[in-house]
Amino acid sequence: MRRLIYILPLGLFVVLAGYFAVGLTRDPSVVPSALIDKPVPEFTLPPLLKDGQGLASAELKGKVQLVNVFASWCVPCRVEHPVLMRLAKEQGVTVKAINYKDKPEDAIRWLNQGGNPYAAIGADQDGRVSIDWGVYGVPETYVIDAEGRIRYKVVGPVMPDEVERHILPLIKSLQGDLQG
Amino acid sequence: MTGVVRACLAALLIAVASPAFAVQPDEVLRDPAMEARAREISKELRCLVCQNQSIDDSNAPLARDLRVLVRQRLVAGDGDGEVLDYVTARYGDYVLLRPPFKASTYVLWLGPIAVLLLGALGAALFLRGRRPTVVGGEGATPLTPEERQRLDRLLREDS
Repeated sequence: MRRLIYILPLGLFVVLAGYFAVGLTRDPSVVPSALIDKPVPEFTLPPLLKDGQGLASAELKGKVQLVNVFASWCVPCRVEHPVLMRLAKEQGVTVKAINYKDKPEDAIRWLNQGGNPYAAIGADQDGRVSIDWGVYGVPETYVIDAEGRIRYKVVGPVMPDEVERHILPLIKSLQGDLQG
Repeated sequence: MTGVVRACLAALLIAVASPAFAVQPDEVLRDPAMEARAREISKELRCLVCQNQSIDDSNAPLARDLRVLVRQRLVAGDGDGEVLDYVTARYGDYVLLRPPFKASTYVLWLGPIAVLLLGALGAALFLRGRRPTVVGGEGATPLTPEERQRLDRLLREDS
């Protein structure tokens, strides 16, 4: 029994090493969202495109959809753009956007070049609405359920792997909840 | 020689350099008391772009936006705690440079104390186990007369 006391440091070491092993696999630049499972913040943004739709919290209810925060000056946004195009055009996912601190003419030129995957784009020129969303860098992408709650957040560009492993299965299961 | 001169020059430059402030003149509030509160609150808030700087130190555009936001909330009549809650509601506890004391952070705050106590316990047990071997203590056998004679003889030979 007394011998157990000598094994204690080893036990402590194993526990600590376990914590560190998990901690080291995490990306410290990804901050978990405080808004997961909470309703989207109250906001209204004017449309970026003259003949297009703006974005407001009321429009994020009723169906499962994505909200993508992007800017024409953001390099990783360019990387994820084809992925979003495929999601919108081939997989039939509704993608809406917040255009973050951008010049409207730059954003419009950018969409003309790469295509426009967005069903609606709200222009957040001073970035104030994005703060309410907890945005701390572009791009960021949110999965919104039919009740208008944020269910998942991707920080950084949406990559095909992320889509296959997390986003599409989540959308499918959220839509399943809706029908069931 | 030139090395020494260079080192002195470098030291002089470091000594006279003034700290760079991230807070821009146009952000500063007119009320000095409220501005001081804003500065104190800003020092508590992490800049999420650079992560190990506070928004008071950081030049990142988001840090500037948050500094302006902090000041807007103060002008709107929020207390210091309310401003911190406002930002935490959007960015989570991670935005606080000083982690709050709550169920999920007990290990963080109490861990070091627990380790210290465990160490003290270990040290106490270790020292208690050693005590019986102390020379001349209880349980030590005194020398027999023959041993004492031999010891005296050896000591005399030596001198």
